[in-house]
Amino acid sequence: MSALDLLLSSSLWAAALRLATPLILGTLGALLCERAGVLNLGIEGIMTMGAMTAWLAVFSGADLWTGLLVGALCGALLGLLHAGLTVSLGLSQHVSGLGITLLGTALAAYLYRLWVTVGDLPPTITPFPNLDGLAAVPLLGPVLAGQSAPTLLALAFALLLAWVLARTPLGLAVRMTGESPHAAEAQGLRPGFIRVGAVVAGSALMALGGAFLTTAAFNSFVPGMVQGRGWICIALVVFASWRPLRALAGALLFALLDAYQLRLQVLVDGVPYQLFLMAPYLLSILALCLVARRARVPEALMRPYRKGER
Amino acid sequence: MRLERRESVPLSLALLAPLGAVAAALLLAGGLIALAGVSPLRAYAEMARGALGSRLALTETLTRATPLVLTGLAAAVAFRARLWNIGAEGQLMLGALAVAWAGHSLLAGAPALLAIPLLMLLAMAVGALWLLGPVVLRLRLGVDEVVTTLLLNFVAILLVGLMVEGPLKDPTAFGWPQSVAIPRDLRLPDLVARSRLHVGVLLAVAAALLLWAAQSRTVWGAETRAAGLSPRAAAFAGVSIPRTLLGVAALSGGLAGLSGGVEVLGVTGYVTTTLSPGFGYAGIVVSMLAALHPLGVVLAATFVAAVFVGADAMGRALGVPSFMADVIVSLSLLSMLVALLLATHRVRR
Repeated sequence: MSALDLLLSSSLWAAALRLATPLILGTLGALLCERAGVLNLGIEGIMTMGAMTAWLAVFSGADLWTGLLVGALCGALLGLLHAGLTVSLGLSQHVSGLGITLLGTALAAYLYRLWVTVGDLPPTITPFPNLDGLAAVPLLGPVLAGQSAPTLLALAFALLLAWVLARTPLGLAVRMTGESPHAAEAQGLRPGFIRVGAVVAGSALMALGGAFLTTAAFNSFVPGMVQGRGWICIALVVFASWRPLRALAGALLFALLDAYQLRLQVLVDGVPYQLFLMAPYLLSILALCLVARRARVPEALMRPYRKGER
Repeated sequence: MRLERRESVPLSLALLAPLGAVAAALLLAGGLIALAGVSPLRAYAEMARGALGSRLALTETLTRATPLVLTGLAAAVAFRARLWNIGAEGQLMLGALAVAWAGHSLLAGAPALLAIPLLMLLAMAVGALWLLGPVVLRLRLGVDEVVTTLLLNFVAILLVGLMVEGPLKDPTAFGWPQSVAIPRDLRLPDLVARSRLHVGVLLAVAAALLLWAAQSRTVWGAETRAAGLSPRAAAFAGVSIPRTLLGVAALSGGLAGLSGGVEVLGVTGYVTTTLSPGFGYAGIVVSMLAALHPLGVVLAATFVAAVFVGADAMGRALGVPSFMADVIVSLSLLSMLVALLLATHRVRR
């Protein structure tokens, strides 16, 4: 198979959609936080915590959907901590976020080791099955049949968030809080309350992205398995100019390139595999450089809001 | 009820803040230790013994503290100028890689007194260059350096992996991916016999003293502080922000690179992808616990090192997962943030 045939194969596109799912969820989560004016660098830790807790719930006997719910709730709790520190107390969003990442990563590894005995290989669960029934869908069938239910959920979330942000009073309130909390307050809104809500909901989405890794993409948890996907999501938010549908497109494009390079690895001989593994990180940096000049950042991003203070 | 900034922070409060933060972190972590079915008091006693209780424990803690002082300084000097260098981990790995490479090839035959300083300079140069990239991107294109420095950490570790599995691979290491060891006489001398503690620890403390003197006594120190506090006011006062940031970046990346180089010269003699158990990230915590003060960094690094060494001992003795160390360190960071707020503000009703 040549490099070009590869690009047209449905298995490549199916793989891209699978790889994109955690990025879509993580990017939407980070985007929601930032649209309300809070940078959430806790994402890497929140995804790790979501991955571990969802897996652990299923491993302890819960069904897969309950596992996702448990993961999302744990992510929301870490989000609440970040919101408490940065919104209520007005502390540095950078440092608090990094602290949440360190805490989430450490807690996930600690609790996993505490409750799970690891032999030579990590214990496994039965993950979400592929939706083979969708093979009958015209045109997209072969791509959709390789997916599991959470991927469809991620796509639905992208549409939902786009609609809520652009078309509903709630979305307007979130955007206004991110652009000018003082104007929002003058309209009778409560900026602090809205920010906390956005960070908690966004963190739950991030955690779902992590949970996808352990309940659908793989079937076990390994500390460090998120591997910087959270940071890539933060870059994708900028690449998407803070818009949900562009975030979806950005995550898909990114995952497509990733899936392509994974297959090229097999095709091209003699190139060290590490060079291929570097590609996603270097691509993220390139993406940031491309859009940095024309990025329209939410006006009040990273500015703590205190009532009556300028 | 609202918070109001204090005009000046009393010394007692400034010293109390990190102590209070650590106490709060230990209290919270105690609950998680109890989850393991172990009494937190017994666990902490075991930790203290494991980190400080014997000559061997003490030297091990100081050995661990050495790279943490340097990465802590790297973070402190950058954060003071509001340069978010989260890439110390990658800069450290590349500094280590450069020393391992040049130590066994270019400078293998050189006299130690010439080669060791040259190797350290090389480690600093490589670390500095790795950070200058993101800083130039920020200055020229407005790309946020937090994400770029973080992403480059993964690239740096892959680069080390590529080298130790390829050109630098030690053929005598039984297939283990590690680099060829540097010659014995290029290693830093031991400070205490029959221990891993090397003279690098003195170098780290000297770096802290030098940085403290430079920050409090020189124009450069005042300029970097001004650039961090208010870039616009600093620029108005004639401070060139790009030049200041580039200088700070070179120093910060250099210190992080040096910590990796010193780890190879003093402890391992070779580089692997697992050389650093997160020294770069822990350096961020160290700098915050020290409230970015260079001398505080030495104390904070010793504390963090003691937690890591002690947690290993506790894990062996009581079966509590040694990831507890990371939990305590991250909780310290978050509680320090709150403690600093309480120290610099007072509550007004």
